[in-house]
Amino acid sequence: MFSNRYIFIYSSVMVIVVAIALAIAAIQLKPFQENNKRVEKMQNILTSVNIESTVKNAEELYKKYITETYVVSSKGEKIENVKAFDIDLYYELKKKADERQLPVYIAKLDNGDTAFVLALRGKGLWGPIWGYMAFKTDMNTIIGSMFDHKGETPGLGAEIDGKAFQSQFQNKVIFDESGKFTSIQTVKGGAKEGDMHGVDAISGGTITSKGLEKMLFDCLTDYQGFLNKNKK
Amino acid sequence: MSDTNQIKKREPLFSAQNIKLLKGPFNDNNPITVQVLGICSALAVTVQMKPAIVMALSVMIVTAFSNLIISIMRNGIPPSIRIIVQLVVIAALVIIVDQLLKAFVYDVSKKLSVFVGLIITNCILMGRLEAFAMANKPWQSFLDGIGNGLGYGLILVVVSFFRELLGYGKILGYQVIPDSFYQAGYVNNGMMILPPMALITVGTIIWIQRSKNRDLIEK
Repeated sequence: MFSNRYIFIYSSVMVIVVAIALAIAAIQLKPFQENNKRVEKMQNILTSVNIESTVKNAEELYKKYITETYVVSSKGEKIENVKAFDIDLYYELKKKADERQLPVYIAKLDNGDTAFVLALRGKGLWGPIWGYMAFKTDMNTIIGSMFDHKGETPGLGAEIDGKAFQSQFQNKVIFDESGKFTSIQTVKGGAKEGDMHGVDAISGGTITSKGLEKMLFDCLTDYQGFLNKNKK
Repeated sequence: MSDTNQIKKREPLFSAQNIKLLKGPFNDNNPITVQVLGICSALAVTVQMKPAIVMALSVMIVTAFSNLIISIMRNGIPPSIRIIVQLVVIAALVIIVDQLLKAFVYDVSKKLSVFVGLIITNCILMGRLEAFAMANKPWQSFLDGIGNGLGYGLILVVVSFFRELLGYGKILGYQVIPDSFYQAGYVNNGMMILPPMALITVGTIIWIQRSKNRDLIEK
């Protein structure tokens, strides 16, 4: 039989050995993991301006197309000394609206256009959804969009990360003719032809679609100061 | 005198007995279809083939090495805390595998999400450690772990093959159902993507297996 002393020493040694092994593994692999997240973010931003990238060429393409980044307040004023790429909207959205720091990425596209990429984050059905949306210099017309989610229902709500859904946003506008902010609606049963502010919602993914609509409205409302100031 | 000179004959590495350890889980001792263990993750990660294969490999690595480690330690483990020791070994291995996936196959690791972490609670692991590794030598235990991991993986791959083929029209991400089919009115079956169809697919495999081998049918 084993004595109590043996059992105590046995378990203590085991726990310490395992802890050291795991700590070493975590520290050694951290740079790779952080790089993966960085590359993914770059790919997401590139997708929003309709540039396809792979894990390998994302960094290069990002450097080529994204010429400038800065951070704005909800009033649209530039905030110095903060890197746009390091901002995590998860923390920003927890702050009061007027204290939020919002990233803006500026891309020079192949056709000579300039795109302003804004970051979005909201709630889907099961968890967070997020994305990026790129606007023309009029701060009104959408060039492209990218959405992703943590765990929406496969085949239903999860379709927001598909091209079919995302490409609908191209050339839609977020202000109506009188200049009032209308955002983009996800329309159940399909948006009418010529609807400049609506896209088809996802059948079977109503709550995700509505969550996405709310995300667009809320996040673009935060950017109002910036959008109004820079309208051309 | 002659006793001390007698050299114990070593069992060859791949003796018939050992091969049986590897092959058993493929058929009459399959962890999913016969022992009905590890069903939860089998339903969850079989929407597409690539995550299913990565999941199968992860489980195989964890079953093989946890079996090996526990088997090496088996004579020193105090029986009163043996379950805790087993869990610590499994958990440590799973965390290492999870970290490796996050570092090197990030896209797959995102799809598998919590299910890699949940390997810790996969009954196949605890089952094999308790039933086999605690009482057998390291090499046999290692083979048993590989065998069970492969048996689990086999079912995952078969199920994900049908789900991806019928649900997305793809295999391993490549389109296999030609466009002309879609133009002729063929539609991907959205049901296949949802978990209930995984259960039905696994059920069908169990049905086929039991109708072939009637010994498996419970009285």
